[in-house]
Amino acid sequence: MAQAGIRSTEQYNYDIVRKFTIMALVWGLLGMTAGVYIASELAWPFLNFDIPEITFGRLRPVHTTLVIFGFGGSALFATSYYVVQRTCQTRLYSDWMATFTFWGWQAAVALGALSYMFGYTQGREYAEFEWPIDLLIAVTWVVYFLLYVQTLRRRSQPHIYVANWFYVAFILATAILHIFNNLAVPVGLFSLKSYSLFSGVQDAMTQWWYGHNAVGFFLTAAFLGMMYYFVPKQAGRPVYSYRLSIVHFWALSFLYMWVGGHHLHWTALPDWTSTLAATFSIMLLLPSWGGMINGIMTLSGAWDKLRTDPIMLFLITSLSFYGMSTFEGPLMSLKSVNALSHYTDWTVGHVHSGALGWVAMVSFGSFYHLIPRLYDTRIYSTRLIYVHFWLATIGILLYITSMWVAGIFQGLMLRSFDDYGNLAYTFVETVAFLHQPYAVRAVGGMFFVAGVVVMAWNVIKTVRRASSEAAELEARIAAKMAGA
Amino acid sequence: MIKHESIETNAGLLIVLTLIVISIGGLVEIVPLFFINDTVEEVEGVRPYSALELRGRDIYQREGCYLCHSQMIRPFRDELLRYGHYSLAAESKYDHPFQWGSKRTGPDLARVGNKYSNEWHVAHLVNPRDVVPQSIMPNYPWLLEADLDYSDVQDRMRALKMTGVPYSENQQEFERNVAEFGPAIAEKLDILRAEETLMQQALANDYDGQRSRITEMDALVAYLQVLGTMVDFSKYDEGYFADFR
Repeated sequence: MAQAGIRSTEQYNYDIVRKFTIMALVWGLLGMTAGVYIASELAWPFLNFDIPEITFGRLRPVHTTLVIFGFGGSALFATSYYVVQRTCQTRLYSDWMATFTFWGWQAAVALGALSYMFGYTQGREYAEFEWPIDLLIAVTWVVYFLLYVQTLRRRSQPHIYVANWFYVAFILATAILHIFNNLAVPVGLFSLKSYSLFSGVQDAMTQWWYGHNAVGFFLTAAFLGMMYYFVPKQAGRPVYSYRLSIVHFWALSFLYMWVGGHHLHWTALPDWTSTLAATFSIMLLLPSWGGMINGIMTLSGAWDKLRTDPIMLFLITSLSFYGMSTFEGPLMSLKSVNALSHYTDWTVGHVHSGALGWVAMVSFGSFYHLIPRLYDTRIYSTRLIYVHFWLATIGILLYITSMWVAGIFQGLMLRSFDDYGNLAYTFVETVAFLHQPYAVRAVGGMFFVAGVVVMAWNVIKTVRRASSEAAELEARIAAKMAGA
Repeated sequence: MIKHESIETNAGLLIVLTLIVISIGGLVEIVPLFFINDTVEEVEGVRPYSALELRGRDIYQREGCYLCHSQMIRPFRDELLRYGHYSLAAESKYDHPFQWGSKRTGPDLARVGNKYSNEWHVAHLVNPRDVVPQSIMPNYPWLLEADLDYSDVQDRMRALKMTGVPYSENQQEFERNVAEFGPAIAEKLDILRAEETLMQQALANDYDGQRSRITEMDALVAYLQVLGTMVDFSKYDEGYFADFR
């Protein structure tokens, strides 16, 4: 009771940030473990065990949903609530709204994952949630938007800090994408099944407009918001260039929405659309690197921190992976490259260099900065942060190099001909070739998950210490009071 | 010229301008696809799925087949040799949602219909390694054991009708389908007779080799066997479809 009393009078609502942070780690651990499991199923198919709920096709959406929406989403709720309060120097507009977004979001993620295992899915990648869950997400998101904007309006600073621009763009874009991409007709009021309102080519374009901007706004713009707060904070230096942040914010927001069609090169999508998408994809390199440069150069004059501060290592490495994958992306959006890379594991490797290298690493770095502050203590072990960093980095490198090998070689095998002009390989010969890269990828994933386990241990010990410190302090005060 | 400062000191302005900026791309690239006639080729033969095929397609989605199998052949020589003629937009015009896929962990299925026997499909789905030793596909033995639930197939067809698929629910719509698809197919598109035509198709073809029951395997194989078979490409010149791209 006493604790609740103190918390409600706190300047900021940290309680909601703590909740989302812990859930981000929980979903991250579950979702990444699911990822390792399905990666292993591809290398060793007996792992499907003839159990419908855990076959690759049903578990893969569980993996993507838990890591994108469970881990990524909770990390964004946590950091956006933290950043908006700190940079506006005001408490969140409403505690119940914040709590509502927490339960709404956690329920959506959990129900989504369960529903795929039991066979309920819209059958569209990253938008697999069936219609009742889509509605729950929509309501949660509207509350999130209102809460965020009302908090911004209560700010005691005249300026809205750059991190908040990115969070706002992310909230708005996600709302638009979610609503238009999930337009569907339910089979009945009491049926979980629905059919997409659109069909064929229009459905494909809408889906990839959504799909790529889930990357662009959910997994990029919002995490740039995270970057714009935590990198300068941890470095103890101002953002490198204010002007660059303006230019790349507007350019990124504008350009991203055009590029989804590059997932549909050489398909039945009309050429004009996919060519336009490729053109904008190439242009997108500039604002992407604008963000990377602005982040990395924030460290100029303080480069020595990379030698002494493992949190800085996480943040700067994440920006390096961001730069690398946003170079690889435009490259793969070229039609000639895409002809080889599309449908292969090169795409999967590309996604993970962004998802593990950028999204997860910047989140880990931010969490290591955030968690001691949320619990008003120091981190349990700095050495374990280094251990986590190296496990994660080794894991990512194994993952993406094996997927380059898998994707590029499969692409080359599928298009090679013998001297008589016949296909040189059958499809299943390329599958047999993939066994080794698939095994290496699974091992890479295990390294990455091992790092998260280390982090979870470190966080648990930190939180425990915080509560014992608090108890000790209380005991000392009580003793003093008794003495007086 | 407004200064950027006026945007970053005004939350409303920031929101409005962001909304404008993020809306343009989608409006320019998606909306015209609904209105430009050349987007979907004019071609004969493409029809909505029968009740049984539709249930098969639902199972295809339920099991997440689209995560490893594409249904979109690209216009390349190797794909022509391996899979057949490149896919047309028209061939998926009744697909809600589209199942073009994004990854080929297994081969493309856009034209898998009539390529293998029903027996092959059943054996392959029960244990892929029995027929393709190096396959990494999961086994789907439960498809052969589970009776197909088609109690709500009419509701499913009605929902699809609302999205624009020409299933018929009255005489007038039925006759429109007779005119467009011929009497045999029009019957299969009749919502009122859906359960009956579903049973007829399953019994007549006996996809799963178990004549006494209608299983999920019947539905899935019926769906797979129709994929890519609707358009007769011998009726069209090579250059005809290129004009639509």
